[in-house]
Amino acid sequence: MEFTEAELKQLEQLRTRYPDNRSLTLPCMWMIQKREGFISNEACQLIATELDIPRIWVEEVRSWYSMFTEKEEGKYVLEVCNNISCSLLGSQQIIDYLCDKLNIKVGETTDDGMFTIKTAECLGSCGTGPMMQIGDNYYELLDAEKVDAILEDLRNGKEHAQQPQQFPEYK
Amino acid sequence: MSDLKILLNFERNGKSHTLESYKQRSGYKTVEAAFKKYSPADIVEEVKKSGIRGRGGAGFPAGLKWSFLPKDSDKPVYLICNGDEGEPGTFKDRVILEENPHMLIEGIILSSYAINAKHAYIYIRGEYGYALRQTQQAVDEAYKAGYLGEKLPGTGYQCDITVHKGAGAYVVGDETGLMNSIEGKKGQTRNKPPFPAVEGLYGCPTIINNVETLASVPYIVENGGEVYGKIGTEKSTGTKLLSVSGHVRKPGVYEVIMGDSFMDFLKNQCGGILDGKKLKAVIPGGSSTPVLRPEDCEKMTIDYESITAAGSSLGSGAVIVIAEGTCMIKLLEVLAHFYHHESCGQCTPCREGTGWLLKIIKRIEEGGGKMEDIDTLTSITKHIAFHTICPLGDAACGPIDSFVEKFREEFVEHIEKGGCPYNGKFTRLQKRI
Repeated sequence: MEFTEAELKQLEQLRTRYPDNRSLTLPCMWMIQKREGFISNEACQLIATELDIPRIWVEEVRSWYSMFTEKEEGKYVLEVCNNISCSLLGSQQIIDYLCDKLNIKVGETTDDGMFTIKTAECLGSCGTGPMMQIGDNYYELLDAEKVDAILEDLRNGKEHAQQPQQFPEYK
Repeated sequence: MSDLKILLNFERNGKSHTLESYKQRSGYKTVEAAFKKYSPADIVEEVKKSGIRGRGGAGFPAGLKWSFLPKDSDKPVYLICNGDEGEPGTFKDRVILEENPHMLIEGIILSSYAINAKHAYIYIRGEYGYALRQTQQAVDEAYKAGYLGEKLPGTGYQCDITVHKGAGAYVVGDETGLMNSIEGKKGQTRNKPPFPAVEGLYGCPTIINNVETLASVPYIVENGGEVYGKIGTEKSTGTKLLSVSGHVRKPGVYEVIMGDSFMDFLKNQCGGILDGKKLKAVIPGGSSTPVLRPEDCEKMTIDYESITAAGSSLGSGAVIVIAEGTCMIKLLEVLAHFYHHESCGQCTPCREGTGWLLKIIKRIEEGGGKMEDIDTLTSITKHIAFHTICPLGDAACGPIDSFVEKFREEFVEHIEKGGCPYNGKFTRLQKRI
């Protein structure tokens, strides 16, 4: 495994922003995860070599932060917030609905490798719950119909572009 | 009630994050004027005079924090903007990062000048993909326009800003955890002292302020600390962003003047409770602040002293509204699960204690509780709170102690009945109108 030309260029840029190489650990891991979908042991070694730090420093970061993953997951990871505000507004029903519809449990991936369902702690979208995160985007004010539409769009390769928090229309 | 908007002084038209829109609202005028008019010490003085207290949750006076920097250090000084916003119920910094980032950048430039920092980091939680993109775009624009970089217009002053992306951890919201995270380490917290102002990021003097605090600085410098200090109450000055969520008709982010009546705000601006239900409880400042019953809120006003007097805390200003018919034990289980999940593992009382709390609450909710469990809960919290390096342990205990105190009868009911009177679920109220 190697960094691409573009990534190396970006790294050069980033080096000027921090007085210590080790600070590039998180940015490097994001780079790899964006490209590969997860961070393998080989990737940890690559980062460690690039930054000239022990590999264990990279591995401990990978296991400590909740957003880094060690294993390959579905193409789309559906992370449904199940914290206080979302649960008050029915996030558990959304999770149950997703599990039913995709015929998997929380933490599992569909056979076609398209979807993984996960629960997440508060994602800071409490006024627009229930909500879920897929990749870099938030999907807010969920109900069954909206979930159906989102899954359909993703199956057809259509990703949604995120807007500022969509507070409900008040009448 | 007044209409003054300092932070939300824009129309939500999808363009408010651009430099053009910010300049139309007289953006960056303060920066240009301030360097001619004020010395760094003058700006610190204005911020002190304004009385603004840290908006992240702890409420520590921002100007005072700045004055802790050592005067004779030859190390570089760093400014960090804390945009980790992990406290459940809080989503107000997100509005600034997504829709008004230039106001934050101007605040950072002014604050960097005041504390003599050449490089500032904006730490944004990894989940905030959109906020990261919007803020980065604004930073790029500000570089292009010459507000950031080598030389600021009319001065020899340098200010760089780097946006740093987090990777999911509540405890990183703590100053010292956040610094470790920027340094590329696990985001576990450090013992204090040394305080960050003396020995912080890369061992250098560091000031860490919340997004909302720093975004308020341009207004303070432009109008003077005294003017800002006259807004609100004597001890809680200025405006505050509230993130309102839960069983409320109009959730969202509101900017209110400190000292406004809480119940009026809930009724008039937030449209009251969903489905016309009665209010059962309010968590006024984010998930770690103690829960209140409706009668505690009757006379409460939105400011640090009044909410403290009512038995809770303004915290990060995350108002979570709970309607009648909600199981408080189930709700506490959700919170206990969160703190157990987020405990970083460094201190034994928190790592082990939060797990015990969750197990006991789950047992009560599922019908296997015993009467003595209730007091066991509060005895465990006594051994967690203030026995850990960072405030996560204390935060985990706030809800437990207050739920037991305010809703003890519900614990008893669960135990006597041998199960949850609400069938272990939250009733989903009607969709919003």
